[in-house]
Amino acid sequence: MENEVKLTKLAKCAGCGAKVGAGVLAQILGDMKVHHDPNLLVGFDKSDDASVYKVSDDLALVQTVDFFPPIHDDPYTFGQIAATNALSDVYAMGGEPKLALNIMAVPKDMPAETVHEILRGGYDKAYEAGAIITGGHSILDDEPKYGLAVTGFVHPDRVLTNSGAKPGDVLLLTKPLGIGILTTAAKVDMASLENMAYAVKLMTTLNRAARDAMVKYRVHACTDVTGFSLMGHGLEMAQGSDVELHLNVSAIDLIPEAVELARIGILPEGMYRNRSFAEPYADPGKTELCRQDVLYDPQTAGGLLIAVDPADAAALYEELKDAVPSAQCIGTVEPYHGGKRIFLH
Amino acid sequence: MIDARGQSCPIPVVMVQNAVKKENHPSELQVKVDAKVCVENITRYAATVGYTVSVEEADGEYTLTLKK
Repeated sequence: MENEVKLTKLAKCAGCGAKVGAGVLAQILGDMKVHHDPNLLVGFDKSDDASVYKVSDDLALVQTVDFFPPIHDDPYTFGQIAATNALSDVYAMGGEPKLALNIMAVPKDMPAETVHEILRGGYDKAYEAGAIITGGHSILDDEPKYGLAVTGFVHPDRVLTNSGAKPGDVLLLTKPLGIGILTTAAKVDMASLENMAYAVKLMTTLNRAARDAMVKYRVHACTDVTGFSLMGHGLEMAQGSDVELHLNVSAIDLIPEAVELARIGILPEGMYRNRSFAEPYADPGKTELCRQDVLYDPQTAGGLLIAVDPADAAALYEELKDAVPSAQCIGTVEPYHGGKRIFLH
Repeated sequence: MIDARGQSCPIPVVMVQNAVKKENHPSELQVKVDAKVCVENITRYAATVGYTVSVEEADGEYTLTLKK
């Protein structure tokens, strides 16, 4: 489709790269007054993907919101990506999305057809997820933005947080890394069409199948890998669970073109933000700089990082192999020894 | 001197890459940028193609000198 508007040219940052740094957020929220409610199972104090509120003994609400500037020039694709990314937080908590509201910012001169296509992308993805978009809110803004506020359901005893990882757990990942670098390269036409198509496929793949597989096993912790990168989200999991993560870099699916682009300095600003947040807690071992960069690369609609009981790891891995874009067994959880939280091997 | 001030990432590193190719790997190249992330990106590229980099900072602007 020929677009009159080059959507990504209107965006200052690419996708989840537009996220405010994790360290900055923690600082801003640090002294915020928190109202305690025994039914609030997960609040913002936990640095988790979504908040969870217990309604009854067998029902809890999962709520999350996510939106960002265009990451793709095709408005329909952008809508799909933004929705996939927003829905992902519910899956990461082990829940199922049910209701969603559009959040949108549009420039005054954006053609109605473009706005329609962005929304259609969101509606189609929500429908695929089994969720219904029931309304929303739009404002005028020079930089377009789109996303969803999503409400889902989960059984209160089956909530998966990022803070339950236990020593001995095996770490699984469900999508390859390098999406942020590819979308950054695409802005200067340096990503191959083949790899951009692959990145789009990844960014529009719901984490639904990964969620549906993992809830059948003894999963102790889960988070989706998005703007804070594998290292940033991994650090939150390690700190929240008071453990260390040991990652086997050669087992992590790094998109080869993203590694090559990192080598020649085609890197998003978010990568450096993620580095300054997580690097002080990471031991890079002998990992080459360009590979480290991909581990710090902000992902848009990335996969799930799952800490599973070692007894269930092989079975879940086998099931994920046929269900997700790239099932990887990337490392293990160890007891915390003081000092660094993530070790690269 | 390449003036990449005011250009958002990753345009400055691409400007440097184009200059290195066009001038067939010159022994020295200077570039001015105004964001730390551009300094980092250019430094990574420079190391990959065999340049050493020195950086001077003044008033939020960076002058990078790449040498073979």
